Amino acid sequence: MSKQQPAQFINPETPGYVGFANLPNQVHRKSVKKGFEFTLMVVGESGLGKSTLINSLFLTDLYPERIIPGAAALNTRNTSWEKIERTVQIEASTVEIEERGVKLRLTVVDTPGYGDAINCRDCFKTIISYIDEQFERYLHDESGLNRRHIIDNRVHCCFYFISPFGHGLKPLDVAFMKAIHNKVNIVPVIAKADTLTLKERERLKKRILDEIEEHNIKIYHLPDAESDEDEDFKEQTRLLKASIPFSVVGSNQLIEAKGKKVRGRLYPWGVVEVENPEHNDFLKLRTMLITHMQDLQEVTQDLHYENFRSERLKRGGRKVENEDMNKDQILLEKEAELRRMQEMIARMQAQMQMQMQGGDGDSGVHGHHV
Amino acid sequence: MRTQWSPSAAPVTPLSPLHPDDRHPCALGPMDPLRRSPSPCTSRPPSPRTPPCEMLGHVGIEAVLEQLKIKAMKMGFEFNIMVVGQSGLGKSTMVNTLFKSKMWKSTLPGLGVPMPQTLQLQSVTHIIEENSVKLKLTVTDTPGFGDQINNDKCWDPILGYINGQYERYLQEEILITRQRHIPDTRVHCCVYFVPPTGHCLRPLDIEFLQRLCRTVNVVPVIARADSLTIEEREAFRRRIQHDLRAHCIEVYPQKCFDEDISDRILNSKIRDRIPFAVVGADQEHLVNGRCVLGRKTKWGIIEVENMAHCEFPLLRDLLIRSHLQDLKDITHNVHYENYRVFRLNQSHALPRGPGWVNLAPAPADLTATPGPWKVRWQAHDSSDEEC
Repeated sequence: MSKQQPAQFINPETPGYVGFANLPNQVHRKSVKKGFEFTLMVVGESGLGKSTLINSLFLTDLYPERIIPGAAALNTRNTSWEKIERTVQIEASTVEIEERGVKLRLTVVDTPGYGDAINCRDCFKTIISYIDEQFERYLHDESGLNRRHIIDNRVHCCFYFISPFGHGLKPLDVAFMKAIHNKVNIVPVIAKADTLTLKERERLKKRILDEIEEHNIKIYHLPDAESDEDEDFKEQTRLLKASIPFSVVGSNQLIEAKGKKVRGRLYPWGVVEVENPEHNDFLKLRTMLITHMQDLQEVTQDLHYENFRSERLKRGGRKVENEDMNKDQILLEKEAELRRMQEMIARMQAQMQMQMQGGDGDSGVHGHHV
Repeated sequence: MRTQWSPSAAPVTPLSPLHPDDRHPCALGPMDPLRRSPSPCTSRPPSPRTPPCEMLGHVGIEAVLEQLKIKAMKMGFEFNIMVVGQSGLGKSTMVNTLFKSKMWKSTLPGLGVPMPQTLQLQSVTHIIEENSVKLKLTVTDTPGFGDQINNDKCWDPILGYINGQYERYLQEEILITRQRHIPDTRVHCCVYFVPPTGHCLRPLDIEFLQRLCRTVNVVPVIARADSLTIEEREAFRRRIQHDLRAHCIEVYPQKCFDEDISDRILNSKIRDRIPFAVVGADQEHLVNGRCVLGRKTKWGIIEVENMAHCEFPLLRDLLIRSHLQDLKDITHNVHYENYRVFRLNQSHALPRGPGWVNLAPAPADLTATPGPWKVRWQAHDSSDEEC
């Protein structure tokens, strides 16, 4: 019995010890080697600080060459200014982040153009079809022959940015969330929270939660801490749950405040620190994301993906967008064809009549063109 | 000569009721002075060709100013302002802050109050008095603007309202026996609240501004500017100015109505800072022993009247202290005249007919705009873009 045991490797010769307590370590080693994948979608009107927040969360610069378009651009002949048409685009950018040997392949799906047009009725169609497409692809890969290297691009989490300037949820917010709450985990986030005083923030949060409940929107709920977890963790989970929706401020600029360098925003009346829990919920959001990344992936796999899969298999493998149109179209087409055929028969009969009356003894061929 | 335009924290002195009358007709541009309808309180010398004559002593003509002032104080002033913008941008708070009185209860809808499904206009009239100068102030709010999923044509009710007020005034004006002082409900100024995205003007903003700047004086402001740092604010402002120029949107103070060089200098300074980045607050806090209006946050107090924090004093000075009468003049002499010409042309009536004029009934759709200013003013070549 050697005296130098690594802390997690109990002496295998202890009686009654089988050894499968090592399984978690094996899993840990394997997953560290394999790396993690996570896809995060950010949705919100332009100007709410989505890109800044993503950069702050992961301490990277995901959008290095970002040009903010103006409202007008010179037309192709450079003679006059024309309005830029805003349609929703999907931009996915992937980075590999590594921290202490653990690799994370993070994909951020951005949706510029959401909520910008005057008529926003169609702005979530693009987003929903993107989500469905990822599910479709995964389903296809999963049903394939070689299942070794399935790349999981399904959207695991969607940060929905709510404008702090309103009095709650806008009609567009409600409509969008209702459209995707069965497909993806929604985490509502109140953007640009430094415009709100503490009282306003509380009021807004309460109002948003009430509206979410009123419209039966299913947002992502943090799982309760297990009873055997330690007190700190339980307390942390409780705090996190109480702060939803998180009101955040994002920034990657280092400002000098009270003698130390912090990330924040410098105003003439003070400095808003990003990582100060009294100023905003950024730390809480980050904690939630990190500690529940696995859970988010699980819920996506077990709930949303399974829903999608059962829907798809029920439909028997036909694609979504043609689904409803197909039935009606087929019916219409068949009816049109019937009508055409009937007309043709009528014409033929008329022709035959004329020929017979015309006295043509042609017992010739009636060219039936069917 | 206007009063020197600078944001001052001094208490408000009684507003000079009219522009002292040294707007010589001959200093005006290509405009025909005869067609310029006199504003209710003044009568201007008609012909530009009257030669000046030297006076041999003090006559006392300047006492006419005092007489005008007394008359104006007796009659009081009217000012109609409209605030437009998405909900939550602080319109009601801004109005309260501007006039330092609770015009509106700050709108914080309680539970169960639904957002209006269609755009509704609500007007509130108050008479506020300061140093025996009475001002009848009407504020029109537009809740529900730009809040729906489909905001197409959400500017129509607003245009309809503005043209409706012009129509009302017109009907009063063409009566045979008309009132001595026609109640003026026309919108003198429309303050448009741009959300502080930090990027550029949205398509909705552009559509709205394009349509409205031909009908009414529009002053765009950056609302809730406490979400932008100073650099972001400047960059946003430049981009907005660029967008406005690119789409030929002439906001107040319009370049083509600058009458002389001093106006132009004054207004250029203003035009350089439009849109103002404003913050509204109607609560008072103690800062360094003084009681100031502001917003209190964990990281500091945002003082509304501090030029280093936000540009609210500029907006207040523009609307109230220096350009209030000008806003009314331009509304009366340009926008209203445009509407009037448009209506009279519609009913094929002579512009200066005898007796009474039977106007064709107002079109059901009062949203038709009379057309670009070029219809009224001869080509005024101060700008290089084509409108």
